[in-house]
Amino acid sequence: MSIERPSNHDFPSEAEGMDLVYCRPETLTDLPFHYCPGCSHSVVHRVLMEVVDELNIQDKTIGVAPVGCSVFAYHYMNVDMQEAAHGRATAVATGIKRVLPDRFVFSYQGDGDLAAIGTAETIHTVNRGENILMVFINNGIYGMTGGQMAPTTLVGQVTTTSPYGRQVEFAGHPIKIADMLTQLPGAYYVTRQAVHNPNGVRKLKKALTKSFQYQKEGKGTCFVEVVSNCPSGWKMTPVETVKYLEEQMFPLYPLGDLKKPDGAK
Amino acid sequence: MIKGTVKIDAKICKGCELCIISCPQDGLGLAAQFNDKGYRYVELIEDNCTGCVNCALVCPEAAITVFRQPKPAKKSVEKK
Repeated sequence: MSIERPSNHDFPSEAEGMDLVYCRPETLTDLPFHYCPGCSHSVVHRVLMEVVDELNIQDKTIGVAPVGCSVFAYHYMNVDMQEAAHGRATAVATGIKRVLPDRFVFSYQGDGDLAAIGTAETIHTVNRGENILMVFINNGIYGMTGGQMAPTTLVGQVTTTSPYGRQVEFAGHPIKIADMLTQLPGAYYVTRQAVHNPNGVRKLKKALTKSFQYQKEGKGTCFVEVVSNCPSGWKMTPVETVKYLEEQMFPLYPLGDLKKPDGAK
Repeated sequence: MIKGTVKIDAKICKGCELCIISCPQDGLGLAAQFNDKGYRYVELIEDNCTGCVNCALVCPEAAITVFRQPKPAKKSVEKK
């Protein structure tokens, strides 16, 4: 399938007497995102590519795209990308990193991918301490397939497969993957971030920059969870999802570094 | 106050309003018109932008370009 990439951005190169302080990163392609309005996926795409731009590692970065809404991540990230079977992105990333150890390898997965079907791959990749960066988008729902219940769905959250809210007796408790991986010795840096406000985006950028630096030093697995939204799946407007994140998601998924190297700030 | 401005690419804006709630100056608003995709796009409605980059950071479409007046040069001129 050939993808037409229209250059439909008429970004002004200069404004009178003013300096350019922020623009779309170069490593992001000109293709407009296909995500729903307000989706966190594209924010994470952009921040990831900003970090790649700033570290100047575009030609040395290999990403592994997941299955889910972000399956087309390779259309937007102008780095080498590989598609993986559902849940197996970290296994594919392991192979890439072992064959090409001088490259920067990251996997990018959602919660249906990483926390449900790919639980085994996730745990064993971290347990082996593979020297890769794992980006985990946790929005508590299967967004692409129509908003079904995921392992990370909150108790009482209404989805298409839990119309009366998730019940603990039937579906169990939401799984906290990042907390679980903290226990494994192979995990070097585990953090949970969000992109619901500008400060969250700044912190995520710092976390991703640190992760790539740790990968350069060969420290071990870096795991960055991003608690994000799904306006279409949650049946909310993007502005309402910010409130829902703050009131419902963050009490269960508190933000911050869960495991950081000794002596790190 | 330092002055800045934002240029919003109306063609790819989806009107999610996340930039509007993150703007500390309340300078952004939805336009009355629709773009080609059928969304009401965001535009600068007040001339009070400080170039704080908040809107661009939360923009899911990476549609916002931010400009700001250079800071140090202006101060040195004022002192003289």
